[in-house]
Amino acid sequence: MSSVKTIGETLLKADGITLAFGGVKALTDISVEIKRHEILAIIGPNGAGKTSMLNVINGFYHPQHGTITFKGATRSQMRPYEAAAQGIARTFQNVALFKGMTTLDNIMTGRLLRMRKNMFWQALYWGPAKKEELAHRAFVEKIIDFLEIQAIRKVPVGKLPYGLQKRVELARALAMEPELLLLDEPMAGMNVEEKEDMCRFILDVNDEFGTTIALIEHDMGVVMDISDRVVVLDYGRKIADGTPDAVRGDQQVIDAYLGVAHG
Amino acid sequence: MEFLEAVFVTPFASIADNPEFLLEVIIGGLLTGVMYSLVALGFVLIYKASGVFNFAQGVMVLFAALTFVGLINLGMPVWLAFLATIAVMVALAFVIERVVLRPLVNQEPIILFMATIGITFFLNGFGQLVWGSDIKVLDIGIPKEPIIIGGILINEFDLVAAAVAGVLVAGLAVFFQKTTVGRALRAVADDHQAALSVGIPLKTIWVIVWSVAGIVGLVTGIMWGSNLGVQFSLSLIALKALPVLILGGFTSIPGAIVGGLIVGAGEKVAEVFWGPAFGGAIEDWFAYMLALVFLLFRPQGLFGERIIERV
Repeated sequence: MSSVKTIGETLLKADGITLAFGGVKALTDISVEIKRHEILAIIGPNGAGKTSMLNVINGFYHPQHGTITFKGATRSQMRPYEAAAQGIARTFQNVALFKGMTTLDNIMTGRLLRMRKNMFWQALYWGPAKKEELAHRAFVEKIIDFLEIQAIRKVPVGKLPYGLQKRVELARALAMEPELLLLDEPMAGMNVEEKEDMCRFILDVNDEFGTTIALIEHDMGVVMDISDRVVVLDYGRKIADGTPDAVRGDQQVIDAYLGVAHG
Repeated sequence: MEFLEAVFVTPFASIADNPEFLLEVIIGGLLTGVMYSLVALGFVLIYKASGVFNFAQGVMVLFAALTFVGLINLGMPVWLAFLATIAVMVALAFVIERVVLRPLVNQEPIILFMATIGITFFLNGFGQLVWGSDIKVLDIGIPKEPIIIGGILINEFDLVAAAVAGVLVAGLAVFFQKTTVGRALRAVADDHQAALSVGIPLKTIWVIVWSVAGIVGLVTGIMWGSNLGVQFSLSLIALKALPVLILGGFTSIPGAIVGGLIVGAGEKVAEVFWGPAFGGAIEDWFAYMLALVFLLFRPQGLFGERIIERV
């Protein structure tokens, strides 16, 4: 566990979220708080609603009931790009990169919102816009150094191995300088060494940039190691919320994972 | 025997007899090819930026040209009519985004493709409803005199068309490769959801790209309309763009240009020298044959980024 670290006030609060697709309830009355500077892990069996929860937080899904309060502003609906503009960045379960573009270009897209010039003007004037681009390029280079992906700057990401793609995706999210970073299975499909690297990056991001992180992960070893708090979902309901140790001993959680009959 | 001779002997003999004539035919063909490139360009723009094959591009050309001529006939000066038509095409982009594209975010490309077929029917009817279906003459004073350069006969109009296309292409290439908006456009083409998550406003991007495609359509419509008159068949030149796209690749702006040039020059040369062997009129189908050959051996086109799997 990282050494001295002060968890701050609530950054994001989801209150009574219910999300249904037709008759299928993906999430039922879920309330979760994410506090500044913490690493929150969301775990649960397949189909528990973990990814749906992230999708609600960054605006891909609009819940039927419930509200989300982010940095003090409450809303029930938000568009994904508004979420991005307010400081929520994310990665995806099955890597959503721009495969035809280079690593560098992919990461640069993360800077789009930080570019002050209006898009229409950027297309026309490219003297000042170019100067601005250089400043952003410098920032991106820092992230590239941080994540140790210097060697693949100019490689189209479609050609990269999976583990590196995941890293580029993280880099793109970091380029947005998010306050809240949502990671959907950042270590899926990685070997032990890659997982260790990814753990280190997540802890470093949390530590050095003070970024709040909410992540979904199946590797319990990883979850117990890096998270400050764990939320457990099962069948779209929250069944536990607490420190890794408390959650590990929770009977409901054990039942959910071992598959005790529901009913 | 006679047929084989007409295919393999006679054309080469006549080329050897008069090589300057071959050059003249090729140059004439290249200049026509530029016009094909213009049409193909509109397709490439939208395909690059949204992964959608826009079936409506041809009818957008027609609609832009109809509006332009209509406004001129109402007594507007040419420059004002040009600006007003641009405004109309931008407005059209807004409407298409709002009514057609936005409800279909994250749908399969084939569904968006079907939607563009719908746009085709709508624009076709709407254009004729507003502007009528007569053939209209468009003359904005582009010179059409044949001139002779170095012993070769060239149509001045073709030269102007080539210059216009050149400027458009250079501008678009810079726009796509060098600007931030260009990068955002490429990002959207690659993955809608990922683009949304980094905060690219999809609707702004779509409006921009459909506006640009509309403006390219207007330029195309003006050039073709000055040549052939503004009429319904203008929307059919879109079909000529298909072989151009297959040759050049759906995602490449330079590809659209080179593809257009190859198709233009190829079909003229084929018509003039090989036409007699086939009883003439091979200009009409030569491009499609060429495209078929390309599909067999290089389905991603000359400059395509990857195999076309979406259309």
